[in-house]
Amino acid sequence: MDWCPLIMRETILNSDKHGEQDLSAAFPERRAFLKAGLAGYGLLLVGQAEAAVPRVRTAARIVIAGAGAAGLATASRLTQRLEGAKIILLDRRKEHWYQPGLTLVAAGLKPASYVVSTTAEYLPSGVEWIEERAAQFDPEANRVVTDSGRVVPYDFLVVATGLHLDYAAVEGMDLQLIGKNGLGSVYAGPEAAFATWRAMSDFADGGGVGVFCRPATEMKCAGAPLKYAFITDDTLRRRDKRGKAELIYASNNKVLFSVPIVSEKVRMLFQDRQVKVQYEHVLSGIDPGRRVARFRTPNGVVEQPYDFINVVPPMRAPEAVRNSPLRWQQGVWANDGWMEVDRHSLRHKRFANVFGVGDVAGVPKGKTAASVKWQVPVAIDHLVASIEGKVSTASYNGYTSCPLITRLGRAMLVEFDYQDNLVPSFPGVIAPLEELWITWVMKTMALKPTYLTMLRGRS
Amino acid sequence: MKEFEPLVFLAVFQEMLGPLLWIMLLLAVGGVAAFVLLFVREKGIDSRRLVRAELIGLLGGVAALVLMAKVTVSGFSDAGGPIDWLLVGLVWGTGLAGTTILAYGAMGWRRLLGRN
Repeated sequence: MDWCPLIMRETILNSDKHGEQDLSAAFPERRAFLKAGLAGYGLLLVGQAEAAVPRVRTAARIVIAGAGAAGLATASRLTQRLEGAKIILLDRRKEHWYQPGLTLVAAGLKPASYVVSTTAEYLPSGVEWIEERAAQFDPEANRVVTDSGRVVPYDFLVVATGLHLDYAAVEGMDLQLIGKNGLGSVYAGPEAAFATWRAMSDFADGGGVGVFCRPATEMKCAGAPLKYAFITDDTLRRRDKRGKAELIYASNNKVLFSVPIVSEKVRMLFQDRQVKVQYEHVLSGIDPGRRVARFRTPNGVVEQPYDFINVVPPMRAPEAVRNSPLRWQQGVWANDGWMEVDRHSLRHKRFANVFGVGDVAGVPKGKTAASVKWQVPVAIDHLVASIEGKVSTASYNGYTSCPLITRLGRAMLVEFDYQDNLVPSFPGVIAPLEELWITWVMKTMALKPTYLTMLRGRS
Repeated sequence: MKEFEPLVFLAVFQEMLGPLLWIMLLLAVGGVAAFVLLFVREKGIDSRRLVRAELIGLLGGVAALVLMAKVTVSGFSDAGGPIDWLLVGLVWGTGLAGTTILAYGAMGWRRLLGRN
């Protein structure tokens, strides 16, 4: 998951009154969050005290599947809101990755260690961590079965399993080859991101053809592939090798970004930076030895030679969710098994005691850390209200944000909602479609600390 | 959604700076306190000392910009709009003001303690 937000999709979103009503409710906290970051560089923080929420006493047994950004933020928030609850976190992985930082690693600005920490560092006291993966969801019986066969019953379930990077769906792709022979893939993890930097740096020295793409599925931070094309362009220019390179961005559909106004801005920037665009090109296979990528297009499969490529794999819900009743049964999110949740409450549409947050949620936007930041408090509010026998009015409007890097040292702060509206936190101050240093400063200085406070439930 | 914003602000800075946050806060509070105490004790501002402190402050402003550039792997040459120039000014201004106050206090107390 990246901090950045951008989900490219062809689904036409329904604008509804509910979404419009969300705006006023969601903005104050979002603004507080960004202002907290901005205050780091001297801007005024406008503080406003709000009353603390009393904790709710309960003996409920709550299971959180997944200890990534969404899972840990959920655990922290639950411990703040509840007293006496049995909270269980399921995840086998001990490492925690600050995924929004992967782009900076792949840009050669940060070491791989910049994004690596441990789950244990953020585990709230009172939460039981079972170091096993949720392998099977049985919402009819209110239980989860782990990969060791252990049965974990629950009263409430929060699914935060993240997503599956389906590299196997790209024929010929071999993760072991990342960093070699011009093959890069920023998403595969900290070491892969650093290996991608090495491959990109070699390309920036030698020139040739650089190919960038994105999958036809929903994905983490759809701005990330665009960012990496811009970063590569800038790296070439800084080494005075731009004239020796041809950069090609292959988009899966007819746009560069799901939000039309942002898509058009990126098109203009690509034109300015002389990045060629090929629309309706979906990466289907790769021959790392010959350095040839194969793209599925309306006119059949075409081969594209490259000297450097950033492979972005198709992304789907993890197998355990995909094979469970929790998945969408029909519609655009059914094929890849995303979780069937209400887009405003994050509550499962058929199992009222189940919530889905983060990447796994089958909602129009939101596979970013910024989305997690705004989804988790809403889902928790509904969950706690259910415990109390009340009804929550909290609502998530699809807000997400992306510091879209357009060169090293500048980025555009793109913020939008379910309806593709731009929702700038600082209208008239930080223009959403302007390449600014202040946005870059936010990305490099303030976002990681802000992300970590989110994990701890402190922002 | 129920938060006390200054606490969020503090939490972010704690994550950003770690123990350095408290050292910087102590330095800021101590520096201002030293300045104020000096002002009270001397019953006014020593203009010659202030000018010397401001000259040092100019370098402090530059140091703040250099530090900012290092941390963000960028520089004020990346400024792309009015808000960026405002940010450059704020960083420089903060460095200037902070260093001036510290330098003024340090020089004044050094003289006072030396006299005693």
